[in-house]
Amino acid sequence: MENHYDVIIIGGGAAGMSAGIYLSRAKVKTLIINEGTIGGQMVLTHEIANYPGVETISGYELARIMKSQALKFGCTVKSNVRITELNITGSVKSVTINNKETFTSDGIIIATGGRPRSLGVKGEDDFKGRGISYCATCDGDFFQDKEIIVVGGGNSALEEAVSLTKYASKVTIVHQFDHFQAFEQYIEDAKNNPRVEMIMESRIIEFAGNEKLEKVKIENISTGAVSEKEIDGVFIFIGYEPNTGKLKGVLNLTPGGEIIVDAAMHTGVKGVWAAGDSIAKRFRQVTTAVADGTIAALSAAEYINSLKKELSLAANN
Amino acid sequence: MLKTNLPHILSEQEHSQFLAENENLMVCCGRMGPMCIPVYEAMEELTDEYPGVKFADMEFDSPDARVIRNLPECRGFQGLPFVVYYKNGKVVKATSSIQSREQITSILDEQFGGK
Repeated sequence: MENHYDVIIIGGGAAGMSAGIYLSRAKVKTLIINEGTIGGQMVLTHEIANYPGVETISGYELARIMKSQALKFGCTVKSNVRITELNITGSVKSVTINNKETFTSDGIIIATGGRPRSLGVKGEDDFKGRGISYCATCDGDFFQDKEIIVVGGGNSALEEAVSLTKYASKVTIVHQFDHFQAFEQYIEDAKNNPRVEMIMESRIIEFAGNEKLEKVKIENISTGAVSEKEIDGVFIFIGYEPNTGKLKGVLNLTPGGEIIVDAAMHTGVKGVWAAGDSIAKRFRQVTTAVADGTIAALSAAEYINSLKKELSLAANN
Repeated sequence: MLKTNLPHILSEQEHSQFLAENENLMVCCGRMGPMCIPVYEAMEELTDEYPGVKFADMEFDSPDARVIRNLPECRGFQGLPFVVYYKNGKVVKATSSIQSREQITSILDEQFGGK
């Protein structure tokens, strides 16, 4: 029974770590299994200034503190593993990692979060780190006085496009629609910046170069016309997609792959809850992920306690 | 200094020392940013799994990090971190930008013959 836990949490971002803290503090035997880095999308945030009770903190530091809290309360954490098998519909759930070790539990919380969307076009993988970036704060200074493209039309794309003008001589925003989805202020800031240009209703269909990125092919979506543009770098900010590929056909998902839950974060499958960026919801913040994780943990703890009571009653009879 | 649990290479001299003292060496040269942190974390976890490999980091903005930044193998790199794998003091592989644990172990296995 060494590998049996009361609850297994899949995902070690803000939601998963919060659930781990609450469960382990409530003496519920808990395992967090995380396929990526502890902290999830939180570590992608350079500075968090709106987490109540903390003036400013980097996402990385906040993630480290959350992990430390969970460990202190007795939670087991396994990160950077690969989940090779997942069975969550039966009364006993099981998770196999790296094709060799299987863990079981009575309850499971899915907190697998999301990942930045990629364009999925020719050359994208070849030029990652050689002209293609997904992080302005990380790689912006490689493009001092150079011409770059920002792909996307949401808040991140517009905000980062303006921010990248600190380095780049010219920033061209390429967006697939004829309008932006970003807040009006971000749109105004971009439009008023003399270094920012915009190409609307268009998309990149190919990246090309030798040692590093040199040009892109851009298709005008409304006319189908394709043009080539010489460019030094491309930053891609086209949102996130939920990490729920393994759950198709198992849980009730939206067409976009988000898990549908009720107010208690229950998925509709007995003993299975979900929390954080992988669920269907409007707002995706560290604070909302923490809240989701807390609710899921309290719901799961209640379920585990009732299971234990039932077992105890059965044993006494 | 980078806030990781890896050994830190702080100068050109220390870099030479690491190269001289370790047959297999992986150095992650970066900042405390979102593309670098997952690589540090994977390296921290792999330290016990690959006892034959020395894992270390170096701060990208330190002037002495030119020993990594100016490597011919890093020419064209435009994404942090720059990760360099050395065998017997020679560069055998270099990568730019974020790498998954699987990508890292695949390189370790290929270049250093596994665990």
